[in-house]
Amino acid sequence: MSSINPDQAAAERLAGLRDDAARPGPDITSGDDGSLVEDPAVRPPLVLNNRSFGEVTDIVCGYAESEPPKWWLGAITVTSMIAAIGTGMILYLIITGVGVWGLNNQVDWAWDITNFVFWIGIGHAGTLISAILCLLKQPWRTAVNRSAEAMTIFAVVCAGIFPGIHVGRVWFAWMLFPIPNYNAIWPNFRSPLLWDVFAVSTYATVSLLFWYMGMIPDLATLRDRAHLRILRGQERRFTLPLPIGKPIAIPLIPTADRVATFVYGFLALGWRFSSRHWHRYEAAYLILAGISTPLVLSVHSIVSFDFATSILPGWHTTIFPPYFVAGAVFGGFAMVLFLLIPLREVLPNFKDLLTLRHLENMAKILLLTGTMVGFAYGMEFFIAWYGGNEYEWYAFIGNRADPSTAPYWWAYWTMISCNVLSPQLFWFRAMRQNPLVIWIVGLLVTIGMWFERFVIIVTSLHRAFLPGEWHMFFPTWVDILTFVGSCGIFMTLFLLFIKFLPTFAMAEVKAVMPQADPHGPGDDHTHRPSGEGY
Amino acid sequence: MASPIAIAGEYLPFMPRSKPRFVTESGVRVHGMIAEFGSAHELVHACEKLRDAGYRKWDAHAPFPVHGMEEHMGIKRTILPVVSFFAAIGGVVAALAMQYWMNAVDYQFVVQGKDLWAWEAYIPITFELGILFCAFATLLGMLALNGLPRFHHPLFNSERFLSVSNDGLMIAVEADDEHFDPEATRVLLEQAGGTDVDLVEDPEDA
Repeated sequence: MSSINPDQAAAERLAGLRDDAARPGPDITSGDDGSLVEDPAVRPPLVLNNRSFGEVTDIVCGYAESEPPKWWLGAITVTSMIAAIGTGMILYLIITGVGVWGLNNQVDWAWDITNFVFWIGIGHAGTLISAILCLLKQPWRTAVNRSAEAMTIFAVVCAGIFPGIHVGRVWFAWMLFPIPNYNAIWPNFRSPLLWDVFAVSTYATVSLLFWYMGMIPDLATLRDRAHLRILRGQERRFTLPLPIGKPIAIPLIPTADRVATFVYGFLALGWRFSSRHWHRYEAAYLILAGISTPLVLSVHSIVSFDFATSILPGWHTTIFPPYFVAGAVFGGFAMVLFLLIPLREVLPNFKDLLTLRHLENMAKILLLTGTMVGFAYGMEFFIAWYGGNEYEWYAFIGNRADPSTAPYWWAYWTMISCNVLSPQLFWFRAMRQNPLVIWIVGLLVTIGMWFERFVIIVTSLHRAFLPGEWHMFFPTWVDILTFVGSCGIFMTLFLLFIKFLPTFAMAEVKAVMPQADPHGPGDDHTHRPSGEGY
Repeated sequence: MASPIAIAGEYLPFMPRSKPRFVTESGVRVHGMIAEFGSAHELVHACEKLRDAGYRKWDAHAPFPVHGMEEHMGIKRTILPVVSFFAAIGGVVAALAMQYWMNAVDYQFVVQGKDLWAWEAYIPITFELGILFCAFATLLGMLALNGLPRFHHPLFNSERFLSVSNDGLMIAVEADDEHFDPEATRVLLEQAGGTDVDLVEDPEDA
């Protein structure tokens, strides 16, 4: 760690006593921002450029408080239109029936369940970062946990749509839950499909609680900043942002800051940063991390039971639970990287909080989980051969891998090249330190993980035991636009999140900064090195 | 631990409040005294001084959880884990009772000729509901033990106090503390390294 007190350095810099050129700024030529220290004895800084607490608050809150930039307005216009198309497709399906999709008697689950498993899998990275990395004391998680948790919630929202609408008569979807009804019947608790209902709804609820609890202190910061602006007579007013030209001020009586104090103040529940509160808060955080860890592992295991407990070749395999969990973490991290790398480019100063080291760490997780997924793909073939079941062998070779017999061979090999081959680039340091390469791999993995679920669901179903039943699946335009629409819903929610909520966990980032350590270099009873999170 | 009536009085404006121990020259109730500290290091040392001086109704405010603060302030370990544990047990019992009653008693459901009380298949939902109950109890228990939500607090009357949500490190001593004395507490806080030591008022009509 730097021996200069960063608060002092910042104060001197702001007072003009320090030359900005003397700051340890990023060295553009080497592509290193100062976080890529290779010496294991040196802890790489988690926040760059000697930022003070105040500057971290300004970076994170400044964006939520400023006028929406032009790119944001353009992006949300496009994504909300796509979301509207998706919503229209859902409405069309409800009015007309599931016949608007390309399902047939043989392939009775296709894009709907593929999309469900795809989105719920993406939702696993957030809780993994906030829970498992918290228990493993990885302080770098503080830079990414808030946005990853937000992404989790939005992905689960998208996932929740599909099982709800695929049941056909959507107005009976409440029968998924054990609600007393006029037929005096109860759901079958021995069905994995019902386990899935409980797993996904518990996961959505607990993720939301975890996300909200983490945000309470940061919402209080936004509340106090708006309140201080009112006290100091610097109130912000509502404006109508326009794609071209200056925004127009709206002469409304409740100004933007008064609405902000009310809404953020309500959500912050009167948090006043008391150490007695922080003590229980940290205990609660640890408990939630502790219970979310088995929860996140259970959810995708239970999703995999939907398939593994059937007798269909290609689904009936015991490797499914760990294989699905590894795949979910893999796909989730790919989505986190896919979203955060552009964010880091377009939002000012975010590179100081989200360093190349953070990206490199996540690239390493992609490499690890991608290789685990690759191992699972290989193991499926081994068991198909070793188990000696000819139907299973045909499901893997004849229906998936062999281009001469499998109509969906292209989907299988897209999956293999995106999920197994592309992350192998990260064995090379230069590749996992290059944001553009990581972003492209993140995109490829996202595509590959969608194909993985498509391969599992459609190729197993389209040729079951009797060749007379064999049938291809072709998506209709409604299938395609519903999926595209769900991407629009996801992106719209994410854009709203980065505009209106604290994108970084400010309190947690501050806690891992060097000046947060109460036992500084001059202290006699240092018992833990600085930079450890909770 | 304050009496339930005193706690209710803090939340409900129409409840009669106890007579203030200290008032300002203009007769306004004094909530307490705040002092600002320059670094986390100074803050924890000041906390140790207050703890050792026997103060009980006081608090340190920081924009992030300061490491080891429980020890420096002498905070007792929270009972929150106990609350969470019993909630998780409650969730497990509720889930088993629900599944057993619905599938084996009220609407008998024979699947694959298995016994009605074939409990193995009930495990996933039992696990999930245990987690769900535990998560709610943890969040709500944390808030309840902290006395939150509490949208109004006398400390918010101080504009300077609002900096704790940005970068301020503060100690607030309540006037209700038996050791509180406007002069002695000020001297103690200043000796501990506190700057801008100030009284916080608690006007009745605010």
